[in-house]
Amino acid sequence: MKIKFIIIITYILIEASANSSGSRTKLLDIYQNLRCLVCQGQSIADSNSDFATTIKLVVQDQFNEGKDEDEIYKFLTSKYGEWIVYKPIFNKNNFLLWTLPYAVLIFGAFIIFLLIRKTKHNKVN
Amino acid sequence: MKINISKIIIFSFVIFCLFVFQKGLKIDNSYDTKSLIGNKISKFQLSEINIHDLYISEEDLKKNKFTLINFFASWCAPCRAEHKYLVKLSSENNEIKIIGINFKDKKDNAINFLKELGNPYNFVGKDLDGKISIVFGVYGIPESIIVNSDLTIIKKIIGPIDQIQYNEILSTIQ
Amino acid sequence: MLSNIGFALVISILILSFIIIYTASLDLKTSSRFITKNIYQLSLFQTTFTALSFFTLIIGFVNSDFSLINVYENSHTTKPFFYKIAGTWGNHEGSLLLWVNILVIFSYLFLIFNHTHDKKFRLYTLIFQNILILGFVFFLLLNSNPFDSIYPIPLEGLGLNPILQDPALAIHPPLLYVGFVGCSIYFSAAMASLLSAYGGRLFAQSIKSWVKVSWCFQTLGILVGSIWAYYELGWGGFWFWDPVENASLLPWFAITALMHSLIVLEKRNTLYYWVIILCLSTFILSVTGTFLVRSGILNSVHTFASDPSRGIYILSFLSIMIFSALIIFFLKHKKENYNFTLKSRETFILANNWFMVFFLVTVLIGMLYPIFLDVLTNVKISVGPPYFNIVIIPLVVPLMFLMAIGPKFGWIKSQKILLYKTLFLILGAVVINLFIYFFFGKYSFLSNIVFIAAIFLILHSLLDFKKFINVKKKFEIPRVISHLGFGLLVFFIGINHQFSLEEDFNLKVGETKKTNNYEINFESIKIKKSKNYKAVIGSFKLTNLKNNLEEYLNPEIRIYSNPETLTYEAAIKTKINSDLYLTMSNISRSDYYNIKFQNKPFMIWIWISALIIVLGGFVQLSLKKNED
Repeated sequence: MKIKFIIIITYILIEASANSSGSRTKLLDIYQNLRCLVCQGQSIADSNSDFATTIKLVVQDQFNEGKDEDEIYKFLTSKYGEWIVYKPIFNKNNFLLWTLPYAVLIFGAFIIFLLIRKTKHNKVN
Repeated sequence: MKINISKIIIFSFVIFCLFVFQKGLKIDNSYDTKSLIGNKISKFQLSEINIHDLYISEEDLKKNKFTLINFFASWCAPCRAEHKYLVKLSSENNEIKIIGINFKDKKDNAINFLKELGNPYNFVGKDLDGKISIVFGVYGIPESIIVNSDLTIIKKIIGPIDQIQYNEILSTIQ
Repeated sequence: MLSNIGFALVISILILSFIIIYTASLDLKTSSRFITKNIYQLSLFQTTFTALSFFTLIIGFVNSDFSLINVYENSHTTKPFFYKIAGTWGNHEGSLLLWVNILVIFSYLFLIFNHTHDKKFRLYTLIFQNILILGFVFFLLLNSNPFDSIYPIPLEGLGLNPILQDPALAIHPPLLYVGFVGCSIYFSAAMASLLSAYGGRLFAQSIKSWVKVSWCFQTLGILVGSIWAYYELGWGGFWFWDPVENASLLPWFAITALMHSLIVLEKRNTLYYWVIILCLSTFILSVTGTFLVRSGILNSVHTFASDPSRGIYILSFLSIMIFSALIIFFLKHKKENYNFTLKSRETFILANNWFMVFFLVTVLIGMLYPIFLDVLTNVKISVGPPYFNIVIIPLVVPLMFLMAIGPKFGWIKSQKILLYKTLFLILGAVVINLFIYFFFGKYSFLSNIVFIAAIFLILHSLLDFKKFINVKKKFEIPRVISHLGFGLLVFFIGINHQFSLEEDFNLKVGETKKTNNYEINFESIKIKKSKNYKAVIGSFKLTNLKNNLEEYLNPEIRIYSNPETLTYEAAIKTKINSDLYLTMSNISRSDYYNIKFQNKPFMIWIWISALIIVLGGFVQLSLKKNED
């Protein structure tokens, strides 16, 4: 049974490599993080609009010049505002956005901890 | 039902959220860059539409008290509609210099456009692939930007200039 | 005439709802243990009329009866027959009518299938469900009436959006609504449970199957929606964390949490109030999602045409629902005793809920934050896939470990879990992951951990499956199947994400593009006229440079006339080991076409994994029937 399983996994992996040894390009990641200003909720990667085409050219240029991701985002947000990036920048406006989920996580852990402790208490009593 | 602090918090929170939703229905959620003013424009090099070796850069704009940079194209209908305001502005006002940037267009079509509707521009540049529009934070045409001698963007006009915006331009450059 | 029939039927639903509420309230006071016969009959009439009203609308679409505004706006005589029918629920008003149908059908079915349960409980459920029905029927009549008529009768309709003419999208709403709207019944049951003090094990048993059914269909609905997005929206993605997708995901987290907590409620008679909160929250989330998506408050590429007047109505309905739920909950809440040891099964189920709530809150915050920020500070930001991926994916790792080892623990107290077996499996998972990493392509540290956790869950589930089949412990098998499906889903999404090849370039007809792995030859362009569109079909020859295999792909640009729209049909070749994906779009004022090419390994296995998750749910439903 285990041997059959290993054979299947190996086959899967050989197939995966045969078809691609590509890894995601950074450029496409950047395209997907940029929002098309003239479309209804599409990224630059997905949009066929004129604006998207132009932005892709500019991003390509900067990327080939060696600029890193954050510099490109900084450039574009200075021109178009924070709205153009899909990953919210961690500043005082977005502080709650990034921290609230983890606050909820910790709060949940706390509740579970209390529940278990109460049980121990009752058991002792 | 006992009234205690946690219940008050929960009820207030729900009321707050519903209130925000109700307000949210009324606001316009489309995005524009009209209010993105106050930044300085970055370096650029703009070549003239006809003359091969003639360029201007951001340095040249420092000489002007005000500069209006207008993105246009011969294939753009609203650009035709707004053009008369640009012509009017150039003839009636010496405070502001106007630069036209021909966006993703053919040279001959642009020249015919200007022959037909008048040429209000002190300089007509070309932006064949659109990259210069990005440097100015432009995302559609027509769009116009007014900068002062400090190269700070003091006004943006998204879409064609109409009478109301024409008056706003006049009051901005006072 | 259809307009009058439809309208009359809807009014009759309204009247029947009032009568049912009235009769049921009276019946509450009688001393009999049985619900009076005529309530059953009234409910059956209500179901019949509701189904008839839906059928009437379908007839309107099939006959292209443009005297109905709804048919006029959303259909066309040249629409293929199947899509005429699907057009019934492919628009806002029609989908609302479908919504009412499911509310009514579930109301009736719950009534007749729960005859072993307390009378007061069942009557209250009926009453609350009918209040919900009233709310929606009023909405329908006052704001979104599918039977509004138009005169003079236009000769031709405005047509259905061509993107919606797809088999997956046709069945997506009915599937999703059974989940989405079906959860209304346990919202009503929860309210009823509080008011009739019918809780604990019996309550869990009464709603158990309903929760499972809605969970299965919700999962299927989300799956089908993703398949549609993959095939139709032309970008090779299947999940965009788009508001409409998120709106269907929010109830899913709640239903999953509920399904797990019900096990605890039934077995150990504890967590009653938490279960009630989940029951109430699920339908509230459904309506909130509907509000966010149909009122126009959020931008999305998937939305129905939006209308602020709908927004006000849904918001009012939502407010009433939330406040009544809160008030009744607080009035009836009593202190409960809890008994949770650290290493017991109920604590692990609690952990599942903890994760589900975390995911739910994250998606909710991601959706709502831009609205709140805009309203309160006038600053506009975008929250998209990077946010959701960064926050959610790392937490999927511990979730998967817990999914494997949690069920190993017994109730109340812990047993010695086979530490060695667990360590051995973790080791096996690490080895397999390193194998993938070194031989097939490097990826980030986080991705390593995700793969290890997924492979661990898969291995664990497979071994469990073998064990339970041998030992004939039937009731554990559904859980193993679903957890296995989840592990597989994460694994294949990971593989797909890491090893996908994507190229984006511009080509003219006759040109060839060479990449590291492929040679793509843009051979020709052909124009084809079809029933309701004109297509520009590109012919592309793809040569795999590694094994010299040639494939032909033909993406299309379709120009529809009614309504005038442009769509891009991707050419997708689905094979067992990968999908080849090619889209072609024209660049204005240029001879160039923008080509997006993708090779996506094991794409079809992502869908299969999701189906395995659902399969577990259906297997469990069928097991229960046999045991009863």
